Amino acid sequence: MRLEPIANPSLTRRLTLPALAIVATIVIASLLALIAGGNPFAVLGQIIIGAFGSKFALLETLNRATPLIFTGLAIAVAFRAKLWNIGAEAQLYAGAVMVAVLGTGALQLPAPLLLTIMALAAMMAGAFLLLVPALLKTRLGVDEVVTTLLFNFIFLLFVSYLLEGPLKDPMGMGWPKSAHLIPEARLPRIVDGLRLHWGFALALIAAVVVWVIDAKTTLGFEMRAVGQNAEAARFAGIPVTKVILKTALLSGGLAALAGFSEVAGLKGSLTLDLSPGFGYTGIVVAMLALLHPLGVVVAALFVAAIFVGADSMSRAIGVPSYLADIMLATALLFMVLAILLTKFRVRRD
Amino acid sequence: MSGVDSAQPVLRLQNITKRFGPVTANEAVTFDLAKGEVIALLGENGAGKTTLMNILFGQYTADEGQVSVFGKPLPPGNPRAALDAGVGMVHQHFTLAGNLTVWENIVLGAQPLHAPRLRAGAAKAKIRALSEEFQLKVDPDAKISALTVGERQRVEILKALYRDARILILDEPTAVLTPQETDALFATLRKAIDLGLSIVFISHKLHEVMAISNRVLVLRHGKLVAERATLDTDRAELSALMVGAETSAPELSRATPGAPLLSLAQLSTPPIGTAPGLRKIDLTLRAGQITGLAGVSGNGQAALSDLISGLVSPQSGTFEIAGSPVTGWTPRTAIAQGIARIPEDRHKTGTIADFDLTENTILETYATQFSKRGWMNWRGAKAHAEALIKTYDVRCSGPDARIRLLSGGNMQKLILGRVLENAPRIILANQPVRGLDIGAVNYVHGRLAAARDAGAAVLLISEDLDEIMRLSDVIHVISDGRLSPEFARGTMQPEQLGVWMAGDGFEGENHAA
Repeated sequence: MRLEPIANPSLTRRLTLPALAIVATIVIASLLALIAGGNPFAVLGQIIIGAFGSKFALLETLNRATPLIFTGLAIAVAFRAKLWNIGAEAQLYAGAVMVAVLGTGALQLPAPLLLTIMALAAMMAGAFLLLVPALLKTRLGVDEVVTTLLFNFIFLLFVSYLLEGPLKDPMGMGWPKSAHLIPEARLPRIVDGLRLHWGFALALIAAVVVWVIDAKTTLGFEMRAVGQNAEAARFAGIPVTKVILKTALLSGGLAALAGFSEVAGLKGSLTLDLSPGFGYTGIVVAMLALLHPLGVVVAALFVAAIFVGADSMSRAIGVPSYLADIMLATALLFMVLAILLTKFRVRRD
Repeated sequence: MSGVDSAQPVLRLQNITKRFGPVTANEAVTFDLAKGEVIALLGENGAGKTTLMNILFGQYTADEGQVSVFGKPLPPGNPRAALDAGVGMVHQHFTLAGNLTVWENIVLGAQPLHAPRLRAGAAKAKIRALSEEFQLKVDPDAKISALTVGERQRVEILKALYRDARILILDEPTAVLTPQETDALFATLRKAIDLGLSIVFISHKLHEVMAISNRVLVLRHGKLVAERATLDTDRAELSALMVGAETSAPELSRATPGAPLLSLAQLSTPPIGTAPGLRKIDLTLRAGQITGLAGVSGNGQAALSDLISGLVSPQSGTFEIAGSPVTGWTPRTAIAQGIARIPEDRHKTGTIADFDLTENTILETYATQFSKRGWMNWRGAKAHAEALIKTYDVRCSGPDARIRLLSGGNMQKLILGRVLENAPRIILANQPVRGLDIGAVNYVHGRLAAARDAGAAVLLISEDLDEIMRLSDVIHVISDGRLSPEFARGTMQPEQLGVWMAGDGFEGENHAA
């Protein structure tokens, strides 16, 4: 058996295969639901109802999608330039720490000003956190997969120290959490009384901005060139190292916005369980979106819906919500296979 | 040549057809090879020669047709069966492990890998006997990485002979050899024929085909278009058959050289991997002159090309462009200095495969011509690409087509257009016509000559001596990072250049064996 490249895959092929990937995911999820003792139709139905079936469910899904859009964008930007940023989790926490430092009373400013400063500081912190591995990569050839991944653990321990020490809430009854943000430091809700905050809107804006950078700006052209063929880019005079560093700044900054929006929008204080792995799930989101910035929004909503829906299904039917993780994993694997098969044709020899 | 026994074919290809998607690489190819015979398989790049031999050797499976060796059909897609039947193949790109010795490489695959120990003594004795018999001088205990290209090829041939090959397939064996090494190879092949072997010799070099073969098969677009006894044909006829239509090479007028535009003096660069760097070379490129750089590949061409492209800076020595020393040397400054660069590898270095033609067209000039305060001017870029496609006759579906869909010739035309339209002072053309068909070759050569006539200084790097001698006004030979003196056109015969290519002729230092 061998793979033969397809020069120009047809539109049918490019649409059918991803669709088949989703069908295959549903089939496997159904089988697992059956094994777990649930009726597959009821389980899948309940997941959909749990994710979109009510105003509350829908808003919950959108809230859950918000940090995933940010981390998904961060990964997509980096991966497109072949900068393998596995450290979005740490960058998210870097952003969250800046929010906790600036938003708990240290700065007394009007809300718009304070929020802007917090967002910029968060982005700078996240950007810095990825700049270090990027410099190690460009200067010394250190593999950024290793450094960014290990930074996640180091940084989480650092956050743990902060929450037990300098940032510990004096009123927190001894719990390792930061003090509450002052009201001016909270992202307001989009509609009064509904639990959706402006972080979601910010995420949508970020996706559009990234898409515009990609398609319309010189930096976007350079990032794509470096990602597709660094050798040709270097030969053509594109400053490859500079472009990689700029990409790192942008990616780290986007991931940090996830931390900003979670603390300032949803939680109101920093805890060690702020992120259930949004930085890692962002990789799945970006891959499902084929690294396209607008696709990231769709993929993040899909992933968020599965998680939120599975939680609710689990409460209603009793099939464990781990089903969500499995669905995500199978969806990703089948999607990767689908992408492979759009580009290559299998031939038996 | 003696001993051709056409009564009993040792190899028979019947009706071989192979398609890759919409492309037909081979169509209904049929021929016999007799014992003691040398068949030359002639055709342009992309005519389907290599595909056909890969089918014969079992690396590809034919869609239709049958291969028989000594009267027995060969199971398709099984190189092991081909080997066992007595077919040996010497690939264009060698398949040797550099960290092993000659004898280990030869034995590799012929003895089971899980044998407790390799029987070195017997193997080496057999190798010595074979190298004696076939005049293939090589030390069985030498490391492959320490061998020259010519020696590595001998190892490849020994590898086939060691497995008792009766049919040798040689794919473009002379592409990497000096004229002297080619002569030695031919002596070996004649010896093999005398000993009753049969040979398929793949080439697109006519004089070699005339020198070594009994019969010539011409492939064009995957089809066998002609078969000639070598004695009954000549180069003119073969080249016409190969191309299918008469194409004329551009007539080159004599140049009137002008001022020196680029000069290197006592310049050295670091080595690139296993390839040497430049070793104290002196080189002057003059306006209105094509300077040819001849040499066997891997002798410092890459170092010189990288230097002029802006990818590496000199380690020592002086580097001047139009009389002023270069500083802060990068690809961007090279382009700004008016250097047009046609890279050796148009797929990996020259273009970005999944970018469209527009994006590839502006790859070098986007920053200065199609970008304003960080925003791309895509409309301007596209109009620019459209104009360039027209001027340089790039056959494509339009500026939005991905460049990977273009043929080599059209890709090269786009690169030519990209670098020539800025009226460069200096042109670096590294293997500009490798892999192109005759039509595209003439086009590229014509454009280079026109640029020369317009006053550009051209450096033409090529492994094809014919191309160098036809196009160049002056010639240098590069060998192991050293540069020969400048020879004026017409003063040197290929054999004399061959002496320099082999590393002899340089003063002071001895050529390492």
